[in-house]
Amino acid sequence: MTGTPKKAFILLADGSVIEGESFGAEGTTIGEIVFATGMTGYQEMLTDPSYYGQILTQTYPLIGNYGINSFDSESGKSWVKGYIVREWCDEPSNFRCENGINNFLKEQNVIGICGIDTRALTRKIRESGVMNGMITTEDVIAKKDEYLTQIKEYVIADAVNHVTCEKPFEAVSEQHDYKVVMMDFGYKANILKSLQKRGCDVTVVPGGTKASEILAKKPDGIMLTNGPGDPAENVEIIENLKELVKSGVPIFGICLGHQLLALAQGAKTSKLKYGHRGGNQPVKDLLKDRTYITSQNHGYAVLSDTLNPEIGTVSHINVNDNTCEGVLYKNTRAFTVQFHPEASAGPMDTAYLFDRFIDLMKEAK
Amino acid sequence: MPKRSDIKKVLVIGSGPIVIGQAAEFDYAGTQACRALKSEGLEVVLINSNPATIMTDKAMADKIYVEPLTLDVVKRIIKIEKPDSVLSTLGGQTGLTLSMQLAEEGFLEENGVKLLGANPTTIHKAEDRQAFKDTMIEIGEPVIPSKVETTVEGSLAFAEEIGYPVIVRPAFTLGGSGGGIAYTKEELSEIATNGLRLSPITQVLIEKCISGWKEIEFEVMRDSKDNVITICSMENFDPVGVHTGDSIVVAPAQTLADKEYQMLRTASLNIISALKVEGGCNCQFAMHPTTFDYAVIEVNPRVSRSSALASKATGYPIAKVASKIAIGYTLDEIKNEVTGKTCACFEPALDYIVAKFPKWPFDKFVYAKRTLGTQMKATGEVMAIGTSFEQAIMKAVRSIELGLDTLNLPKLAHKTDAEIAELVSHCDDERMFVVFEAIKRGMDIDWIHETTMIDNWFLYKLKKLADEEQTLAEGELTEEKYLKAKHMGFLDKTIERLSGQKVLKPRYASYKMVDTCAAEFSAETPYFYSTYDDENEAAEFLQEHQTGKKKVLVFGSGPIRIGQGIEFDYCSVHCVWSLKEAGYEAIIVNNNPETVSTDFDTSDRLYFDPLTPEDVRSIIETEKPWAVVVQFGGQTAIKLTKYLKDMGVRILGTSADSIDAAEDRERFDELLERCRIPRPRGTTVFTTEEAAEAARKLGYPVLLRPSYVLGGQNMIIAYGEKDVLEYMDIITATKLENPVLIDKYMMGTEVEVDAICDGENFLIPGIMEHIERAGVHSGDSISVYPCQHLSKRIKNTIIDYTGKLARELKVIGLVNVQYVVYNDMVYVIEVNPRSSRTVPYISKVTGVSMVDMATQIMLGKKLTDFGLGTGLYPEADYVAVKVPVFSFEKLHDVDTHLGPEMKSTGEVLGIAKTFEHALLKGLVAAGYNMKNRGGVLFSVRDSDKEEVISVADRFAKLGFDIYATAGTALKLNQNMVAANSVHKAGEEKPNVITLLESGKIDYVMSTSSKGRKPQAESVKLCRKAVERSIACLTSIDTARALLDCLEMESSINDVDLVDITKI
Repeated sequence: MTGTPKKAFILLADGSVIEGESFGAEGTTIGEIVFATGMTGYQEMLTDPSYYGQILTQTYPLIGNYGINSFDSESGKSWVKGYIVREWCDEPSNFRCENGINNFLKEQNVIGICGIDTRALTRKIRESGVMNGMITTEDVIAKKDEYLTQIKEYVIADAVNHVTCEKPFEAVSEQHDYKVVMMDFGYKANILKSLQKRGCDVTVVPGGTKASEILAKKPDGIMLTNGPGDPAENVEIIENLKELVKSGVPIFGICLGHQLLALAQGAKTSKLKYGHRGGNQPVKDLLKDRTYITSQNHGYAVLSDTLNPEIGTVSHINVNDNTCEGVLYKNTRAFTVQFHPEASAGPMDTAYLFDRFIDLMKEAK
Repeated sequence: MPKRSDIKKVLVIGSGPIVIGQAAEFDYAGTQACRALKSEGLEVVLINSNPATIMTDKAMADKIYVEPLTLDVVKRIIKIEKPDSVLSTLGGQTGLTLSMQLAEEGFLEENGVKLLGANPTTIHKAEDRQAFKDTMIEIGEPVIPSKVETTVEGSLAFAEEIGYPVIVRPAFTLGGSGGGIAYTKEELSEIATNGLRLSPITQVLIEKCISGWKEIEFEVMRDSKDNVITICSMENFDPVGVHTGDSIVVAPAQTLADKEYQMLRTASLNIISALKVEGGCNCQFAMHPTTFDYAVIEVNPRVSRSSALASKATGYPIAKVASKIAIGYTLDEIKNEVTGKTCACFEPALDYIVAKFPKWPFDKFVYAKRTLGTQMKATGEVMAIGTSFEQAIMKAVRSIELGLDTLNLPKLAHKTDAEIAELVSHCDDERMFVVFEAIKRGMDIDWIHETTMIDNWFLYKLKKLADEEQTLAEGELTEEKYLKAKHMGFLDKTIERLSGQKVLKPRYASYKMVDTCAAEFSAETPYFYSTYDDENEAAEFLQEHQTGKKKVLVFGSGPIRIGQGIEFDYCSVHCVWSLKEAGYEAIIVNNNPETVSTDFDTSDRLYFDPLTPEDVRSIIETEKPWAVVVQFGGQTAIKLTKYLKDMGVRILGTSADSIDAAEDRERFDELLERCRIPRPRGTTVFTTEEAAEAARKLGYPVLLRPSYVLGGQNMIIAYGEKDVLEYMDIITATKLENPVLIDKYMMGTEVEVDAICDGENFLIPGIMEHIERAGVHSGDSISVYPCQHLSKRIKNTIIDYTGKLARELKVIGLVNVQYVVYNDMVYVIEVNPRSSRTVPYISKVTGVSMVDMATQIMLGKKLTDFGLGTGLYPEADYVAVKVPVFSFEKLHDVDTHLGPEMKSTGEVLGIAKTFEHALLKGLVAAGYNMKNRGGVLFSVRDSDKEEVISVADRFAKLGFDIYATAGTALKLNQNMVAANSVHKAGEEKPNVITLLESGKIDYVMSTSSKGRKPQAESVKLCRKAVERSIACLTSIDTARALLDCLEMESSINDVDLVDITKI
């Protein structure tokens, strides 16, 4: 850092203003402020499409320690609407480091703010629930009322359409054992890699692709990816999924994919107060009676009691708050999880679920 | 799985005396374990030879044996108590090794005892070098090319194969004793010889040296259901090659990207799963700095120093959870007590950074080799929590009590650039300071990195601190600049010094909570650290938890060091408990992660922060306590007295003025005169000339020491002017703020009392007599309660003097007085109006809860309210002998001769009906093998030659072969004690060194009048004895005591074991 750093401000929907210093791009941005507790993996988080529309707060105070490299991104760009940290590292150190975080955010045009007591902000969000807010390098006081109106009006809408791929593409494996269609709701790269590694030739299709088109590809399995936004908003996709369920093709859903399938199967979702975001969430696999530490990033959850027990049973629960973390369906070959078995960032302890998907496809073949 | 129904009565094996590599962390772990087991309704039997621990307190277990931790004793206890299980993983290496031996011999099975925590297979796989390697290879975890060797020849051959340098790691030794890095054949031959001998199974691992790789640790846990979690990752500032106990460590790991982090995390979980540990486990890795290569260095399938650190760094109670797992619970069934809402099966998320800094004994052992390697040398450590690395490391550095408030080491300032550049490559205790100096002087960071292999991340952080000093020195000290400096950990006084400007608006620190979850859940832990943000969570907490009770702040004792050990933590914890019991809110301030006092559920609130005036001031500002307590935290807390008094804070107990009166030489002399209590003649001096002159006047021998000391730091007995000159040279090397005291040295019996006083009356729970005559530091003496050789008249004089001193000093609480009885006269040597090293042991043996009473008295009770009488408390039915334990094998070149400077790191207690039996237990517990046949080597100074005759004669009568160096041999032979004359160390072979190597010698008796330089003949002799694990007696009195035991011709098996809860 050279010279006097430029001031920046956070304006929260409740009217409070927090002063910090500008980092990354300058300007003004509005989003839903969320916090993530992972101590590593900022690059993965920044490039995770599920953060679309959100301003991400890192609870870990030192961000950018190991820089940015060209291998660890979970998508082609950063999706966050803004980035809040306590301190960023201007002298990153790691053998794979190619870029600094400040520069990366500038390149990605992500407006960031540093010098923030992120713990205080986190406590606020924890108490009041996710809150909209703004980061700006402009004079916030002068236009506060005007800004506040904008902030309060802000909603993340049509999120999946913003992040999904424009047209289908193929990603093949070395072994070519299975054909999988992956419905891209904002997929993380490691989901794709996890499938490829296990011998799946994957066709990634836009989230809105019709069931008939998908089934026409005669897939051995269908992968429903993670993604941003309110799941219930995706009415068309949910309808499509109803069709897919009927086909009996094995389905594996992650995060948004999990929520969408539940909705398609008649269950309901609701918004969590402040979501689960981090790499330390304990989830009990009720089938195995084992608890795993999982990577999570979601603001909505499937309501367990809205799931018809004839159709599906809760297979995983969050040990902290008992929310639904996974469903095993009875009426079709499908299972879904709320957390991220592909990790990136976070623990890799539940990667076995990809194997379960493979087994399911094997069985169905 | 819920608690196992087949477990009703558990034997917990403690870790024994504090030695380098095995310190207070096991009291913390053991205490948590005992409490966890008791809270589950289990009957707990405890064995630990260390009396200065909380875990050996009556409330901690149902049956407590302060007995030697030998296989035979443990077996006897199992026979007596018939526990159904033994907990193996909470008593350090000692507990683990004993458990394994019991299991391997089939003893446990024969007696129907289960092993909890880690089973023998697990222990074997983790501890046996080859088995460990095989296991790792089996699960695909990379290890460093290495081979187990049982001979020096084999070691040399393998080293040729893999290439030098190689690391030698002896199997089953503590803190890596006997290990080292060998760069040449010659070095390897020496280290391997030593390592093989120290290894109880004569095994060393010869390993490819991978120094320069990053060292990363993970603390992981597993339960019987195979649930596995990581508690904490840690990254060493120093790359691989420096023992982790000697490394500056940060948590969480800082320079690993998520991919590398997860790779090592997964490896840790794979390892703990493969080993089937049920409880906690520590995994150490070497991570290549420029590739994804890594190697597993070491695995400890038990609670360790690192797990204590991880526990304090995250707030996750590892030992407690490990204990619950051991008795059958699974992680998902155990509650996270920090949040009260979530379960123990989760991974803590930190929203701060933790720095650990070791405390080395080199300030005491000035001639010790300071190089750091695979053998741990630190006696203790401090931990600091901050919102930035800079803040955390600055806090840590001011907590280690080296008189530093920045990373500037004064002695480096005078060095030339070339000297600094040269020093950068030396890996010793001062390296971080040298690196900082080099950065300050603008030396190339990349060059420093290549030379030290310290990661650039750390180097650039140090540079930020160096730059900040520069920024402060330039221009106006604006509020913004001030606040930035505060965020980086600078104290106000430092900011003022560096900027040359007054801080106009000083800020108080605010506090953040350590909550295991980065604020994701609201937590109930009253565990705080300071920073400089606007929000003050401690203040909020106070607001939300108003109890209406009066608040009392108790200052802890900081890092464990020689002279200020675990006993002060014992006292602080007891004070807190008494305060709570008496209806007060008790708040602890301390910076030592290894202790019970820094467990968040010990006090009502814990502030994990440095114990400097400014740090303390902010805590007082937030807490606004009714009063504070300084007398239980050793010299660390006592040092705060004046500052607190000036702040107008109410100090409970003895006043600041009285403390000063006891420590200020002149005031103390006046006081003694008023009381007509004699003391050895003496004076104060500032210069070498004055010292020599004063010594001549007093007549040699004289005792020299700086005023305001603890543990006899820098204290010597001078037998002639040469000693005075050597001493004054060292002591005047740094600026003298306080004078040097010079006293006539009286070679009498040393006696020590601890008394409880209420300003009028006093109670002495017991008088302790030292085996070694005055001149050996009280902490290094064998201490006997009740005194064995004092006449009624002398005892009465001691009681009388203690009373007078207590009254005159208006002591409210505890006072420790040391006397010397010389020519049937009692002289006062020292008065300490505070708790002392002997308080825990005397409390345990007499049943007088000294700290509890003292605390209540400070709060206004009178001694007469307790109904225990005044004056001397009736003597107990048992004799208790405290025997010091040293860590000499860990510290190269340290003179092992006992003197006025304290050298022991810990102590053990022997309790029995008779003195001899108690002594025997004490000596066995301290590690003497009590061989009663063999050889004894004598080499004593002229002044001792007369006295040594009878000692040698007694050994000879027992059937020992007597060897002696020329002068001593001549004297012995002239006096009809047949002694073989042996050449001295420097003389032609065969000499004493070859004799010691021959294995013919079982005891060495060495006294010396020469200095403590490593080149000295006597030092070499004793060092050799230490290396060969031969008992080395450096005081004739110790030898006599040993003979008393040997002459009994009875072994420890003939002595009853004592459950101290029945005393």
